[in-house]
Amino acid sequence: MSTIPAHDIDNTGDVPGKRAALVLGHTDFHQVTNTICRPNETRKPPMAWYIMFGISMLLVMNLGFVVHYLIFTGVGVWGLNNPVMWAFDITNFVFWVGIGHAGTLISAILFLFRQKWRTGINRFAEAMTIFAVICAGLFPGIHVGRVWLAFWLFPIPNQMAMWPQFRSPLLWDVFAVSTYFTVSLLFWYVGLVPDLATMRDRAKGKVQQMAYGLFSLGWRGSNRHWHRYERAYLLLAALSTPLVLSVHSVVSFDFATSQLPGWHTTIFPPYFVAGAIFSGFAMVVTLAVPARELFGLKNLITLRHLDNMNKVILVTGCMVGYAYGMEFFIAWYSGALYEKFAFMNRAFGQYSWAYWIMVSCNVITPQLFWFKKVRTSIPLMFILSLFVNVGMWFERFVIIVTSLANDFLPSSWDRFVPTWVDIGTMLGAFGLFGVLFLLFCRFLPMIAIAEVKGVMPQADPHWEGWHQSHGAGSNPAAAHSANGDNS
Amino acid sequence: MTTLTTTTTPTTAPSSTATSARLYGLVAEFENPAQIVAAAEKIRDKGYRYWDCHTPFPVHGLDKAMGIQRTILPVLVFVAGAAGCTTGLALQLFTNSFNFTIWALVWVTGYPFLISGKPALSIPAFVPVMFELTILFSALSCVGLMFLMNGLPKLHNPLFTCDRFRRASDDRFFISIEARDPRFYRSKTEADLKSCGAAAVEAVVED
Repeated sequence: MSTIPAHDIDNTGDVPGKRAALVLGHTDFHQVTNTICRPNETRKPPMAWYIMFGISMLLVMNLGFVVHYLIFTGVGVWGLNNPVMWAFDITNFVFWVGIGHAGTLISAILFLFRQKWRTGINRFAEAMTIFAVICAGLFPGIHVGRVWLAFWLFPIPNQMAMWPQFRSPLLWDVFAVSTYFTVSLLFWYVGLVPDLATMRDRAKGKVQQMAYGLFSLGWRGSNRHWHRYERAYLLLAALSTPLVLSVHSVVSFDFATSQLPGWHTTIFPPYFVAGAIFSGFAMVVTLAVPARELFGLKNLITLRHLDNMNKVILVTGCMVGYAYGMEFFIAWYSGALYEKFAFMNRAFGQYSWAYWIMVSCNVITPQLFWFKKVRTSIPLMFILSLFVNVGMWFERFVIIVTSLANDFLPSSWDRFVPTWVDIGTMLGAFGLFGVLFLLFCRFLPMIAIAEVKGVMPQADPHWEGWHQSHGAGSNPAAAHSANGDNS
Repeated sequence: MTTLTTTTTPTTAPSSTATSARLYGLVAEFENPAQIVAAAEKIRDKGYRYWDCHTPFPVHGLDKAMGIQRTILPVLVFVAGAAGCTTGLALQLFTNSFNFTIWALVWVTGYPFLISGKPALSIPAFVPVMFELTILFSALSCVGLMFLMNGLPKLHNPLFTCDRFRRASDDRFFISIEARDPRFYRSKTEADLKSCGAAAVEAVVED
């Protein structure tokens, strides 16, 4: 039952009136199940998995160390100083929350728009979302200094009769991010249940049967269940769509509602949301390219999926570029002295190198995606997606640090330099993300099995292949030529 | 209802062998979505009540073929969302706008914060949290109710004893008819299923 080597078929073209095939090389449902389950069922994952896991695990150990050092010593171990009271911590928080947005966008918004190509990538984009939000949640948790008082964030009755201050965007953030995490987890899990049932039914070992059996909740593919399931999935998509737009808007309120030049702008909510989708899609490409190579998923995550994601990166990259330009225009048009200075300082001040890294990675290099050759070239898209990841990290750094370091009074200006603890925490978060993601690749189906089957032409009861040879023993391979016709 | 125990000898103790166990129902296997939709229409028209289709993915048109009523789940989710919105508003008004004491497991007192001169009843500032709680309550109830209405965290089902049925999550399509159905007669039901073009029909016993 090897995969049919069909990934050299070009499905990136657009023929009017005909839908491009989203599943290549698989002529029946069983082959799809086999291809997706193989990475979870093989005794040993590829060597590259072990290497990546080892590196990530080292980074997680380093994370444990630096976080303990921080908690036992105090936030003074970071490079923070008097005007720059937020730096790497909130940069990393916003970066990771942003990464998380692509998952929900793919699972919810593309679902509502009936974009069937989402089925190839939604599972691990959603997984990526959850792990990214876990990494994001780490930073506000530890940056408060006295971690043991973090429960003050929640409205819990206490002996001081104190309540959180609900008029603060920082508290809105607590509610937005925790709701986002919960809803993303639910969405992911609901999608997983039928696939866990598939894993349960295929499992050979007792432990696997128990584990997959427990988490599949006794799913038996009943159509009465599917009926409510599909309703619930649609409702979740409809609920997640405004949620995903609200979360990064609320994150941007943390900055936009302050008085600080460079932060105090009304463009922040849409600008942050576009940037979040931009960085999230780049991260999906960064993860999808090696994953489909390593685990033999090229026929399910086809070049067309990658091409589509690169188009989204191009569009959102242009939106981000527009926002950068508009910020400068408004700074000039407002006539506010401090606002004008803040932006000139961004481009030509002490952190101008960071600003120009940001512009090159986020605005200039993604323009290469206008060319189809670049959009469909695996090495180029991988490099460009890494650039976007770097650029988007610097975007948050530029917004946060340049605005704080040079604010109103020149006498209170200062310079932020990260310490080894700052850098260790940042790398550690990448390690945490890597460990979680690699474990996911090993133990859970990376592609939504049931959903991919549902977008195959064979899933349609009216598919011509089912009617050519009606009754038992119909041979789907006979109708293989119709595989590309999904209309 | 009286035809349940066709092959059971009531005096023997329950054993795991198929011959002496209670019949749960019949399972028929179909090979593709076209067959199961056609078969579901026929089974529906024969008037069975306790029957179901089992498919590896939701098959388009099967709901109609089976005659499934539209679920009321969206209405319940709306109610939950409204409750979430109200909870958000009440929570913020109580904790930040008024000075009441109420009993919520412990005695708690509200505290009207005065922040940057905003009024105590600053509703616009309360909107984000109301919104988030609306989504949170809706999503939790949506998933929770969906599984509960499906009767789902239920790890065991007699169907799982059937080896053939394992392919229901892979590439085969099944119709199960339960023995408790008033119209269930083993031989007649088996003939009904065969006449729909089932590739195989198998009896499933309760264990």
